[in-house]
Amino acid sequence: MAKRPIEPFLWALFSAGGVVAALLLPIHLALFGIALPLGWVAPGHERLSALARHPLARLYLFVLCALPLYHFAHRFKYTLYDGLQIKHLNELVNVTCYGSAIAGTVLVAWLVLSL
Amino acid sequence: MAAPLHTEFHPRWYRRRVSTWWWLGSWPYLRFILRELSSVFVAYAVAILAWQLWAIARGPDAFAAVLQALRSPGLLALSGVSLLFVLFHAVTWFAAGPRALVLRLGGRRVPEAWIAAAGYAAWAGASAIVAWIVLGE
Repeated sequence: MAKRPIEPFLWALFSAGGVVAALLLPIHLALFGIALPLGWVAPGHERLSALARHPLARLYLFVLCALPLYHFAHRFKYTLYDGLQIKHLNELVNVTCYGSAIAGTVLVAWLVLSL
Repeated sequence: MAAPLHTEFHPRWYRRRVSTWWWLGSWPYLRFILRELSSVFVAYAVAILAWQLWAIARGPDAFAAVLQALRSPGLLALSGVSLLFVLFHAVTWFAAGPRALVLRLGGRRVPEAWIAAAGYAAWAGASAIVAWIVLGE
């Protein structure tokens, strides 16, 4: 089989996504997944909307959401590969994992642009 | 499966079939799989954030409706479990940092503990900054 030169690139995306996910996702999930819904904190729609519209914030939100998707794609692929040993479905797993990451990236790009 | 059990260059597959549940046997294996599974909850966290971005763009009512939905016991429990997994990812990620990142200062290797500590410090700093920006003073 020919050597696939895309692997290092995918690994770099996995790694960058892992850093973003480790540094920034816990606080975002704690705030927006738990603290806000429970009313522990109440920044309000007006404030969040104004914050998110800032050009740098849009860029930040795009990176925050898009890069971890590639971390997910890479790691989940190997979870299925090692954990469930479904090596014979490799093509399908690759397409599903990276396909969902790419679709998610497009969706997130649209979201931050339409704020 | 119709694949032959042996080929010219593999007279016999000298491999024992590994159980699908091989990782349940010992804690290090289970920890490895849990760490790999954390990626699913990373994706969930992104989905929650993207959903809220969508709602923020649509206005205060849509945003309130999403918060209401996230307050339901099922999603709240999922968010709680996800937070644990995302924290697990962060802790293991920074712990593994020194293995991937070898720094040298003045010809000597920077101790692994320092690099890990720098990672945890950056994590704490970044979290504080995000909380400060989102919540205000």
